[in-house]
Amino acid sequence: MTGRQRRIVRQVLPWVVTLGMLGIWELVCRVFHVAEFILPPPSAVAAAMSQYHAIILDNAAWTLLTTALGFGLALVCGVLLGLAIGASTLVYSGLYPVLVGFNSIPKVALVPVFVIWFGIGTVPAILTAFALSFFPIAVNVATGIATVEPEMQDVLRALGAKRHEILLKVGIPRSLPYLFASLKVAVTLAFVGSVISETVASNRGIGYLMLAASSRFQVALVFAGVCAVAIMGIAMYAICAVLEQRLVYWAYRSQK
Amino acid sequence: MAMLSDAASPAATVDASAPGAVAETPYYIELRNVTLVYGEGDGQILAIENLQLQLRRGDFIAVVGPSGCGKSTLTKLVTGLLPPTAGTIIVDGKRVQAPIKDVGMAFQNATLMPWRTTLGNVMLPLEVVEPHKSRLRHARAEYVARAEALLRSVGLQGFAAKHTWELSGGMQQRASLCRALIHEPHLLMLDEPFAALDAFTREELWSIMQDLWLQRRFTTILVTHDLREAVYLADTVHVMSNRPGRFVLRRDVDLPRPRTLGTTFDPRFIDIVHELRDKIGEVKAA
Repeated sequence: MTGRQRRIVRQVLPWVVTLGMLGIWELVCRVFHVAEFILPPPSAVAAAMSQYHAIILDNAAWTLLTTALGFGLALVCGVLLGLAIGASTLVYSGLYPVLVGFNSIPKVALVPVFVIWFGIGTVPAILTAFALSFFPIAVNVATGIATVEPEMQDVLRALGAKRHEILLKVGIPRSLPYLFASLKVAVTLAFVGSVISETVASNRGIGYLMLAASSRFQVALVFAGVCAVAIMGIAMYAICAVLEQRLVYWAYRSQK
Repeated sequence: MAMLSDAASPAATVDASAPGAVAETPYYIELRNVTLVYGEGDGQILAIENLQLQLRRGDFIAVVGPSGCGKSTLTKLVTGLLPPTAGTIIVDGKRVQAPIKDVGMAFQNATLMPWRTTLGNVMLPLEVVEPHKSRLRHARAEYVARAEALLRSVGLQGFAAKHTWELSGGMQQRASLCRALIHEPHLLMLDEPFAALDAFTREELWSIMQDLWLQRRFTTILVTHDLREAVYLADTVHVMSNRPGRFVLRRDVDLPRPRTLGTTFDPRFIDIVHELRDKIGEVKAA
C-alpha cells in the first residue's frame, strides 16, 4: 500500500465498521424475528428518525445547548481549579481529597437535589453535565502543571521570573496537551450528564424524548434518540480533536 | 546531628544579616562558610559543608568532583534558587536571599520548550528580564536580529524557525546556550551542559563556549565531571570532595588563550588533568 492508499483506508474504515455493525444488527433482528418493541432493526430506527426528524432535531438542539453550557462551565472552572491545584501545594493538599470525594458521588444521585433547588428543566441538566465533566479537566490541568520539569522552572526563576510568569510561560503551555486529552473525555461525559438529567427530570431534550417514547413503547424512537446523542457526541469530540491538532501539534511530533 | 549546629554558628551570618544587605567584599561572588542540609529530622543529609569560594568579575571557574558531591547544588546556592542552611553568599555586593535576577543557566538537558520555535526559545529571557521585557514590543526586530546573530555564532543559522524537536541533541544544547546568553547576563551557570553529547560535538562546543566568553567576559561557573573540559575552559578548577561537599584543591590553569584542541595534547594540559584526576581518586577513596 502506498501512503495515499493507507490514508484513504484509514478514513473509510470507521464508516465500514459502523455500516457492518448496523448490517449485523439488521440481520439478527430479521433472522430471529425480534419483536420491534424489544429491539427495532436499524431500518426501523432510520424510519423513526425521518418520521420524527422535527421533534428529534428540536430536542437534540436543546440537549446540545445544555450540554455545551455545562461543558463550558466545566472547562472554565476545571481549568481555573486545575491551575490553582497544580501551582500551589497548599491548594492541592486542601482541595484534592475533597475533589476525589466529590467525584466518587454517583452524579445521578445529585439530579433530584438539583431539581429541588432549581426545579425541573434546563438548570439541573446543565449542572449534571458540569458535575460529570468538571473533574477530569481539573485533574489533568493540575497534573500538567505539577509535572513541569524543575529545571525548566529554574531557568525562569534564575531570570527573576515571578510565579505568574512561570505559570504563563511554562505551566499553561505545558498543560495544554493534558487539557485536550481531558476535554475529549469530558465532552462525552457532559452528554451523559445532560441526558441523564433530562431523563430523570425535564420536559425537553433528547433524554425527555427517549423517556416519553419508551413509555409509549415507541422503541424505534428511543433508539433514534440514542443515535442523535451519539452523533452529537462524535461531533463535539471531533471539534476538540481538531482544536487539539491546531494548538498542541508539538506534543504529537513523533506521529509526523 | 550535633555537628550541624556547629556549622550553623552565628559567626557566619552576623556580618550581613539584613535582607539584601550590602556586603563588603572585593569579590564579585563570595561564599563564606556555606553549609547546606537537605531534608528534616533523621533523614537529614549534609550536602555541603563550610564552602569557601571567591570569584572576581569575569572569572571562568570549573568545579569538578565525584558524582553526588553537591556540584549542582552549588549552582543553585549561588543563584539563590536554594537557600543555604548556614553561611553567607554574596553576589555583586549583595547578600543572596532569593533567586537573583538575570542569571544565564544551561543544564545537561537542553530544557527547551517544545511549544516554541528555536528562536522563540532563545528569546524567552527577553520576555522576562528588564529592561528588555518592556522594550521587546517596540524593538522586536532589533531583538530578533540579535537572537539570530547569536544563533549564527553557535552555528545554528537557518534553524531559527524550526521547532526544537527537529534539532539534534547538540543543536538543542547550542540553542540552550544561546538562551542562557541572549539577555547578556553577568553571570553564567553551566551545569554539565555538554555531558550528554558525543565527543566531537562536545569539543566543538568547548571552542564555541570559549569564543563567546572571550568576547563577552561574563563570570562563569562550570560544573562538570569531565576534567579535560574543565581544564580547557576554566581559569581555575576547584575539586570538590565526596559528600559533604568541600573544596579540597584549587588549581589555576595558566595555559594561554584561546585554547585549541591542540592545547589538550600539550604536556602542561595533561599534567593538570592528571593532577586533578589523582586528587579526585584520593577523595573518592577517602
